[in-house]
Amino acid sequence: MTRETFEGELHRLKDDVVQMGVRAGQAISRAVEALRTRDVALAEQVVAADDAIDAMHLELERRCMRLLATQQPMAGDLRTIASVFAITIDLERMADHAEGISRATKRLGLEPLVKPLVDIPAMEARIQEMLRETLEAFRAQDARLAVQAAAKDDLVDELRNRVLHDLLDVMVKDPQTISRALELLIVARHLERAADHITNICERVVYMATGELRELNV
Amino acid sequence: MMERPVVERRAAALIDHTTAIQAENVHAWFDRLHALRGITMTIPERKVTAVIGPSGCGKSTFLRCLNRMHELVPGARVSGAVLMDGRDIYTPGVDPVQVRRRVGMVFQKPNPFPTMTIYENVAAGLTLAGEGSRKTLDEIVEQSLRAAALWDEVKDRLRKPGTSLSGGQQQRLCIARALAVSPEVLLMDEPASALDPASTLRIEELARDLAKDITIVIVTHNMQQAARVSDFTAFLLDGELVEYGPTNDLFTKPRERRTEDYITGRFG
Repeated sequence: MTRETFEGELHRLKDDVVQMGVRAGQAISRAVEALRTRDVALAEQVVAADDAIDAMHLELERRCMRLLATQQPMAGDLRTIASVFAITIDLERMADHAEGISRATKRLGLEPLVKPLVDIPAMEARIQEMLRETLEAFRAQDARLAVQAAAKDDLVDELRNRVLHDLLDVMVKDPQTISRALELLIVARHLERAADHITNICERVVYMATGELRELNV
Repeated sequence: MMERPVVERRAAALIDHTTAIQAENVHAWFDRLHALRGITMTIPERKVTAVIGPSGCGKSTFLRCLNRMHELVPGARVSGAVLMDGRDIYTPGVDPVQVRRRVGMVFQKPNPFPTMTIYENVAAGLTLAGEGSRKTLDEIVEQSLRAAALWDEVKDRLRKPGTSLSGGQQQRLCIARALAVSPEVLLMDEPASALDPASTLRIEELARDLAKDITIVIVTHNMQQAARVSDFTAFLLDGELVEYGPTNDLFTKPRERRTEDYITGRFG
């Protein structure tokens, strides 16, 4: 591979990471949508679509390995490839959480929800915002935007705590609801973890842009 | 925990070591060609310092200024100071031969003396300096060959010509020859560029190993080699020192755009 094709391949690699990010975001969005509309068929689709995201992850990892082996990248190029390597793992996990949410939706079936869905869709909206900004920061190598995106993780955590408290109230009042309430708790937990993965990606973007490897939101 | 700013940390990394050689505003010329333009650089003791840069950037010239080899080229000139133990090696009255004993050199192409045996090659510097004791010579030859990781391969054929060895072995023979006079510093000018990957790795391991006792300065075109073998890296361009610091920093996050462009292969 010549240097020129290497540059091209780096660009394609970054484009494809953004594509994978968009797909992972869509998976989360469709998973929450399936829960909201009690659409088990849609939930099944999300589960089935996860294989494609897993395949994207492996393909990107292979391409990173090939570039490392054949180009011996240095400095900014090395940071980019090393970051892509880590980022695709986080994106793949995000999609796994979408799958987890969909499985909870399937288990709930058509049973009535124990409370109206307010905070869970709000969590999902925050996550989409975080992800949009993070992918933009990745594309532009913008460390400041990445830090700003990661800061939104606190909002997601806050919402998750509200869900927890509400569900505890419901369960205490009526133990009949426990198994259904736990499903919603699992969903909130999946969303919270998805936001953590986006925070990890933000850390990699900061590393790509500045060379500083540090934890955000500690 | 607050991290120290990068620049401060890099400077501290160099200051924390004892200095082997201090180059002060070193300029060098080949006739009218101004090859080095004011290099000031501290080479830390018992570390491996790599000098990188594109062809013609002055890295080999810089190396040769450190042991007064540059002046051997007709029309060559040097200005500035090269301090060892606080004393300028260019002070009038300093014997360049003594300087070259303290600061040995290994070249790109292995150059064993063609008419000499392996033993004689290693002993050459000592014999030249008047060392006559057979026992002393035997001891130093063995020590030097061991230090150059060659002893086990040649101990049964010390009387064979140096040129009968493979390229990688010949280069280690040249290193043994340089070590025999107990230098404080060993300059290596692309010591592995003519060798196969396995021999290259042996030379690199050797450089790391030798740095436990002596100071190594290595010029290389191979970025990965510089990254693998050195503690500090200097990047030269057009006779100027563009960037100098801990190797890990230089290869993962160079401060200078020109360094980034060079090490990522965007020019040079």
